[in-house]
Amino acid sequence: MTKSAATPLDPRSFDLVAFGLAAVLALHAPHLPWWLGVTLASILGLRWWQRRRQRARTPAWLKLPLLAALLLSIVSWYGNLFGQAPGAALAVGLLVLKLLETETARDARVGMSFACFTLMAALLFDQSLTATTTVALGLLPPLAALRSLEPGRRAPPALWRELLPGFGLLAAALPLALLAFLLLPRLNSPLWGAPNTGEQRTGLSDRMTPAGFTQLLVDDSPALRVGFDGPPPPPDLRYFRAYVMGHYDGSSWTYRDVANQLPVPVEAAQTIRYHVSLEPTRQRVLPTLDVPLAAPPGASLRRDREVIADKPVDSLRDYTLESATRYRLEPKLGRHRARWLQLPAGFDPRTLALGRSWRARYGSDDAAIVQAALALFHDGGFRYTLAPAPLGRDAMDDFLFDTREGFCEHYSSAFTVLMRAAGIPARVVTGYQGGYWNALGGYLLVRNSDAHAWSEVWLAGHGWVRVDPTAAVRPQRISMGAAAAAPGQLPWYQSGWLQSMRNRWDIVNRWWNLGVNGFDALRQRGLLKPFGIRDTDPSTLALLLAVACVLAMAAGLAWVWRRREPEDPARTALRQLERKLARQGVARLAGEGPRDYLQRAARMLPAQHDRLTELMHRYLELRYAHPEPTSESLRALQRAVRDFPVVRMVK
Amino acid sequence: MRSNLRRLAQRARVWAERRLPALTRLRQPEPLPIELGRRRIYIVPTTFGLGFGVLLLVMLVGALNYANNAALLLTCMLGAATAASMLLAFRTLDGLSLRGIRAGHAVAGEPLELVLDFAAQRARESVRLDCASESLAFALQGTTELRLRLATTRRGWLALPRLRIWSSWPLGLFRAWSWLHPQQSVLVWPRPEAAGPPPVLPGDARERLRPQPGEELAALRDYRRGDAPRHIAWKASARHHDLLVKDFDRPEPRETWRLEWDALRALDREARIARLARWLGDAEAQGRRYSLQLPHERIDIGSGPAHYARCMSTLAVLP
Repeated sequence: MTKSAATPLDPRSFDLVAFGLAAVLALHAPHLPWWLGVTLASILGLRWWQRRRQRARTPAWLKLPLLAALLLSIVSWYGNLFGQAPGAALAVGLLVLKLLETETARDARVGMSFACFTLMAALLFDQSLTATTTVALGLLPPLAALRSLEPGRRAPPALWRELLPGFGLLAAALPLALLAFLLLPRLNSPLWGAPNTGEQRTGLSDRMTPAGFTQLLVDDSPALRVGFDGPPPPPDLRYFRAYVMGHYDGSSWTYRDVANQLPVPVEAAQTIRYHVSLEPTRQRVLPTLDVPLAAPPGASLRRDREVIADKPVDSLRDYTLESATRYRLEPKLGRHRARWLQLPAGFDPRTLALGRSWRARYGSDDAAIVQAALALFHDGGFRYTLAPAPLGRDAMDDFLFDTREGFCEHYSSAFTVLMRAAGIPARVVTGYQGGYWNALGGYLLVRNSDAHAWSEVWLAGHGWVRVDPTAAVRPQRISMGAAAAAPGQLPWYQSGWLQSMRNRWDIVNRWWNLGVNGFDALRQRGLLKPFGIRDTDPSTLALLLAVACVLAMAAGLAWVWRRREPEDPARTALRQLERKLARQGVARLAGEGPRDYLQRAARMLPAQHDRLTELMHRYLELRYAHPEPTSESLRALQRAVRDFPVVRMVK
Repeated sequence: MRSNLRRLAQRARVWAERRLPALTRLRQPEPLPIELGRRRIYIVPTTFGLGFGVLLLVMLVGALNYANNAALLLTCMLGAATAASMLLAFRTLDGLSLRGIRAGHAVAGEPLELVLDFAAQRARESVRLDCASESLAFALQGTTELRLRLATTRRGWLALPRLRIWSSWPLGLFRAWSWLHPQQSVLVWPRPEAAGPPPVLPGDARERLRPQPGEELAALRDYRRGDAPRHIAWKASARHHDLLVKDFDRPEPRETWRLEWDALRALDREARIARLARWLGDAEAQGRRYSLQLPHERIDIGSGPAHYARCMSTLAVLP
């Protein structure tokens, strides 16, 4: 064992090891800093070239400095070595450096098993169907490399054909893998802390600055998928509230999370039930359609009916809610009125003056003031763009009277400031608006690029009313989505037919999320519901898992133990005859030819002497007289064997 | 440290073979052909397999802890693939049969070449055979012949050692193994002594043999004065401008050696055998005819490899 482990690697094995490492590197490349990825790729390439072309080893003095450089660069880039992103970068780096000292079969085995581990780590960053499939395919080179380490193989085929047996192995493993996946008891609470992500994912934030969304609006990864009980609401009612922001400091709006306040009352006239499947956001807010009536388990309602989860959403989260789509929210404002009129002192004098002038002109008609503001946006030469000019200290003044270009954040912010200046309680709400209705899957796909900001104003008798000033400027944004609102400004992959294909394809991701990623402890407990068992506890699951493993192994053994004899009818007939003779006490000995055996049988069974001699001649003729046995003689033999009588020997 | 461990493992194995014959299959030698079946193939994880198992466990716990179902699924897949590789390791050996063993000739102290004839219906890859210190790896499609070198120490019948046949195909995670203990012995010839006197031949054998022309036509050459006319190749000469003469091979006349056991009274038994073996070798090398007289056996005059082998084998089995 030790001897074979220390044998030097042959070129094919080394190629496969290098290929496996390249696959790992490629899968991790999206979340590695580009310079690290490029450096590691070139180290990999150089090392391959050095061993394959120069047949040289890496000098020892080079390895230690490279290792130190790797550690230093990771610490200086990420700030520490622990955590998800730096840990993955470190693992990939160590793996590539391992190739520098990969000379023997043992090195290759260690490297390849660690490669499998690092491949799994890539799934911490992305668990979509595509990522999972890619990682599964990434397992093929390590498996092929391990296979190539065994001595005494047949002449190795072309490199890519080496990957096929691994594919077959994984495919054969799939049934047992699925059973194990279904039955492995999930943990109700993690054993140790959830992975801390070094980088914050771009997503909705509890702080809104005009032009702060630009990152988000070009991120078209799915944010949430929503299924409705009943028909989906029309596009212009698909507003998903996340944060209600009341405080403005002159440059940004902020949401203040106060946990122990009762939610304001809502009078619901029409409600809708829906199920949201939220992609991980690393934040606690759960977007809800319009105004939720109650919070889902593990979350609570805040004062303004935002839903805040108890823990950050680090993995796919499913929740079911009931919301009011026609409602009166907080019909009486009471003593909180001043809070929704707050404005920072010393900012935006022209905007405030405009708001006050409206108040002076329209008197107490709040609705007319709202209409005036919308008319201003609609007719005042405003432009919707995702790349607006930057704003100065008096941001709203610059926007309203100077640049007059921007997107939802600018419009909602300016509108809210105007309303407050006119003395109407108002606030900014951020969330998502729109989405793609996937008819096949019956769900609404909301992407991060559907992030939106709008306003709510409080009107006497109506409570809080949603006003979307962006709609005044660019109605398409509301009715047709972000892509239609800003043609030519989005990346190529977000426009046209490609986007629509990706929207349709998303149903597969939804199934994947429903079936695989969303299969948590709760769903697992309901696994046996179709069989009448309401609650499947972990010990039952473990028992089922054991049974499944035993069954799978039994199936495997049945396959393995089955001996496939070549289909040879003459031989089968002879076997049958042997069995008949054995019952009469003449068993064929090991190493006895058919001729000797049948002659012996004829001697020992005088009653059958002639029959046996004839059978022997038939068999020998069939075997040796012709290169291809004729079917008649074969049938004659089979008939003769079938008719051969079994006579019990009476001694 | 390492050698200590190895010695400990060795002792444990010897103990296990003594106390647990069913486990290690300390089988009696069995007649050929030997076919490997499920009752005699054992599977254990290799060191690498154990390490890989630990790694799988770490991945499993990690995936469960982070509720990462995609990673969990792939870990399950890798684990199931590992289990499947165990079955493949078994399948590599299952149905493999050792049909025959042919042995070459060797004198004691020199390695003896064995040709093992393996057959299998399915193609096999990466089957390994351990015999004492030697280890072979081979692939097999239909039948294959494997050459092994068996160390020998003394003349006589040598029972074939137990052979270990094993495989860690396809991933090196599991090791399927079985013992092959063929009921077959090979004959080891006695080792000739390194140097010694030539045989003392009885007086009547010392007569000078008259040189005789060889019987076999070797070549044609040009005529030289004094050549007998009956040796001229007339037909060939007619097509040539000179006379050609048939040249006959005339082997050096050699005495026949009559080698006798009783002529070596002064030596002890093994020394006698060694000397006789050397004389046999010399006689064969010099192209002599020779006979061998042993206490209970006599081999008549003869020459050639078969004769030599017969003489040596007779010497080898002397008590």
